[in-house]
Amino acid sequence: MSTETSTATATATATPRTEPAATLLRVENLHTVFEKDDSVVHAVNDVSFDVRRGEVLAIVGESGSGKSITAMSLLRLIPSPPGQIIGGRVLFDGQDLLDLPDDAIRQLRGRDISMIFQEPMTSLNPSLRIGRQLAEPLRVHGSVPKDKVRERCIELLRQVRIGDPEKRLDAYPHELSGGMRQRVMIAMGLACLPRLIIADEPTTALDVTVQAQILELLRDITRASQSSMMLITHDLGVVARYADRINVMYAGRIVERGTAHDIFHRPRHPYTVGLMESMPRLDDAIGNRLTPIPGSPPDLSDPPSGCPFHPRCRFAQPRCKQERPPLERLDQEHWKACWVNLDDTH
Amino acid sequence: MGFYVLRRLLALIPTLFIASVIAFTVVRLVPGDVLDLMLSENVYSSGAPEDRAQLEQALGLDKPLYQQYLHWAGDALQGDLGESLWRNTPVTGEIAARLDVTLELGILALLIALAIGLPIGIFAAVRQETLGDHIGRTFSILALAVPNFWLGTLVVILPALWWGWSPPNKLVPFFENPLENLKTFLLPSLILGTSLSAVIMRMTRTMMLEVLRQDYIRTAWAKGLRERRVVLMHAVKNAMIPVITLVGILVPILFGGTVIIEQIFRLPGLGQLLLEAVSTRDYPVITGVFLVTGVVVMLVNLLVDLCYGYLDPKVRYDR
Amino acid sequence: MSLSIQTPAAAAPATPPRRRTRPKTLRFLQRLCKERPLGALGAMICLVLLLTGLFADVIAPEGFNAINPIERLKAPSAEHWLGTDQLGRDVFARIVHGAQLSVIVAFAATTLSIVISALLGILSGYFGGRLDMVIQRLVDGWMCFPDLILLIVAVAVLGPGTWQVILILGLLFGISGSRIIRGAVLSAKQNVYVHAAQSMGASSTRILLKHILPNVMAPLIVLYTTRLAAVILAESGLSFLGLGIPPPEPSWGGMLSLDGRSYMFQAPWLAIAPGIALTVAVFGINMFGDALRDLLDPRMRGGGGRYLARVKRTIGS
Repeated sequence: MSTETSTATATATATPRTEPAATLLRVENLHTVFEKDDSVVHAVNDVSFDVRRGEVLAIVGESGSGKSITAMSLLRLIPSPPGQIIGGRVLFDGQDLLDLPDDAIRQLRGRDISMIFQEPMTSLNPSLRIGRQLAEPLRVHGSVPKDKVRERCIELLRQVRIGDPEKRLDAYPHELSGGMRQRVMIAMGLACLPRLIIADEPTTALDVTVQAQILELLRDITRASQSSMMLITHDLGVVARYADRINVMYAGRIVERGTAHDIFHRPRHPYTVGLMESMPRLDDAIGNRLTPIPGSPPDLSDPPSGCPFHPRCRFAQPRCKQERPPLERLDQEHWKACWVNLDDTH
Repeated sequence: MGFYVLRRLLALIPTLFIASVIAFTVVRLVPGDVLDLMLSENVYSSGAPEDRAQLEQALGLDKPLYQQYLHWAGDALQGDLGESLWRNTPVTGEIAARLDVTLELGILALLIALAIGLPIGIFAAVRQETLGDHIGRTFSILALAVPNFWLGTLVVILPALWWGWSPPNKLVPFFENPLENLKTFLLPSLILGTSLSAVIMRMTRTMMLEVLRQDYIRTAWAKGLRERRVVLMHAVKNAMIPVITLVGILVPILFGGTVIIEQIFRLPGLGQLLLEAVSTRDYPVITGVFLVTGVVVMLVNLLVDLCYGYLDPKVRYDR
Repeated sequence: MSLSIQTPAAAAPATPPRRRTRPKTLRFLQRLCKERPLGALGAMICLVLLLTGLFADVIAPEGFNAINPIERLKAPSAEHWLGTDQLGRDVFARIVHGAQLSVIVAFAATTLSIVISALLGILSGYFGGRLDMVIQRLVDGWMCFPDLILLIVAVAVLGPGTWQVILILGLLFGISGSRIIRGAVLSAKQNVYVHAAQSMGASSTRILLKHILPNVMAPLIVLYTTRLAAVILAESGLSFLGLGIPPPEPSWGGMLSLDGRSYMFQAPWLAIAPGIALTVAVFGINMFGDALRDLLDPRMRGGGGRYLARVKRTIGS
């Protein structure tokens, strides 16, 4: 059976256990809840992962899986009320961001960790000129001397390949196209040369052709500046091309983690398998139909017992209904939270 | 921008025309004839039909209504609103003499209303569901329910009863002695302003709550801005756009308020002129005051539109 | 080609449909008490006001107009709960009968105004075209004039009196309210099913009754409650100026009027009681109206602001 082989390989490769030294951000047992009417929604539940220096880490999941809330929790941008981070640690350079005083986390935002949001249409202030919005992080964090701010803004716009940057500085957001606005958002995120860029669905609202341009731009820039990026998306195509490692989230938890290669070629969680099957692939043999995952994501104010995925899982066993599987290491980089052992031939 | 202003001004013309027709005709719907009233008051009149015809001709009332309107509108365009029936003084002059009192009262009240309403509204939204928010909202609920004429009456009566103090009612022109002048206006405009501030506060709070939920506010936080900057730079300007519209809507209410407040504090403004004219049935004065208030409201709305253009960049070029 | 996760939308939400055993009104009252306690308080005040109006003669049978020179300007006592005025009339009786007057004026004028608003709004919004243009320009011109000034001028034309005041207030608020109804009609018209009904050849009357009117009901009810308070305030304001309901009718505004001011220095209760009655009544109606708006017509939630902006957009002004 495949069960033995997979556990065997896991123990075999895991023995050296060299801790990756270059961890930039470590999230431990993050737990974020939202109060809704009389119930509590566990949007992020016991999530742990780390981001290494220079890598692109993806978090993938359906909408409502808690990936955006995870990202916002890191910088404490959860609107409260109704949201609240009730547990966990977010270690950035060894200091716990959840413990920092308000003023310290504020200074970190945009300077050391910046965020690029998903809606370029609404994420820019409609009543302020682009130049002013772009200059704001620079001014607030004092990254550039005052008389150099404009110069740096032009440079930034040029970097994100916006033509005629001097003129664009005086434009209002509504005068720019969606792709252009997203470039401005990226320029804003890059302004202070952050060590971590969190990009939350950076291309969802854009045309397919523009999507590719923006993503390549993001990857090139993070590579050039040696910063890390957390890429949050529901789009497996994006992940396949740009991410080094992938976390798959379902119902507020991470269900599988691995290198892009692991996830795409040796998925070990039924949910990940389902995602792959619902995704059209270029290398597919003709006749293989796309099979969507049956059912819908659970109500997070009243999650199912045991494994949250079991009601939709075609491999579900009696145990899955009673006990929640922990996230366990399969091999060096590959983790999963599932009682069932799948092999490559599922 | 200049072209935009010009276009807005041109757009006013049809409204102005209709408003003037309304002002002219409404007053002429009077059941009892003005002529009878004038004749009965006139000691020299013998009540003979010739007198009546003579007076009718003198006042131009013998012509058809549209001719009367054209005549009146033509004069009005040149700034001549006719003469008072009883005093034979030009209506334009009477109005001009009273307008400054009303405008000063109105502007002061509006400033006070904004000075109270905006900060409390912003604060209540930023600190939603805190004690401060609840106090602010309770205040606005109360201020909306308390009629300004009752508040005014109490302010005149209670201090007089308790401390024998009554508000100054000697009116000194502003440019003669600004301090004395403001002293007279302080209490009236405070009362008017407070009752208006409730609406402004409520509106500001709702709009701020709306804006604070927007994505660009999240962006502003993510940049690492201080709360003060997020609120004042990013939220307030966007929340102000609908609030400015509200100011336009409030101006007519403010006008009504000045009539009542002028009455309570015996300020010789437009409202008092109107009430005097109503009690003496001085129709040219009534029509004149009526028209002038309408025109002022129209101009304020134009101003509001222009402010809109300043605050909302999207308006500036299109339309 | 976009590669993305597809969640089948077919799965329905798991919550079971609510039990519909209780009658609609009762459920509404429950929601009112639970979600908007202030609104429930407002409803109570409205009810008290209504009952006081209905049973004024039972509550204060001596009559509001019994002049008694010996008893003039008496301070509140067991016999005269709220004292007496300059003519020796019992202030409590006058407040109670003032409630009756306010209720009558408020309901009559508001009903008239709503009828006018609905007629104008539906006419203008539904039929559109040139008719809409003409009506809207007229409304524009009308709305340039401040409410109170219009009222004063109208009183100058018609003369003071209860029916005149009702007529004028109904007309005034009717015309200004037509805008809101027109906006609601326009948005209802844009709904797909009206287009569908039209293409299926339904008659105008049928579309109006079956499709438009139900959609306009919520704003109409909301408009009705907010107008009630506005009418009471406007009537009392006019009576305060001596232009509304003429004495000896016991209008709350009239009781505060300038004619009585000199007596108020001797007898401050004359200035207190009618003001409190007015404030409480307006407060109650406002709170009830707010709660109604939130519960009935969520589109209007969040103050007039967004709604006004939306109306403005639909009007294109």
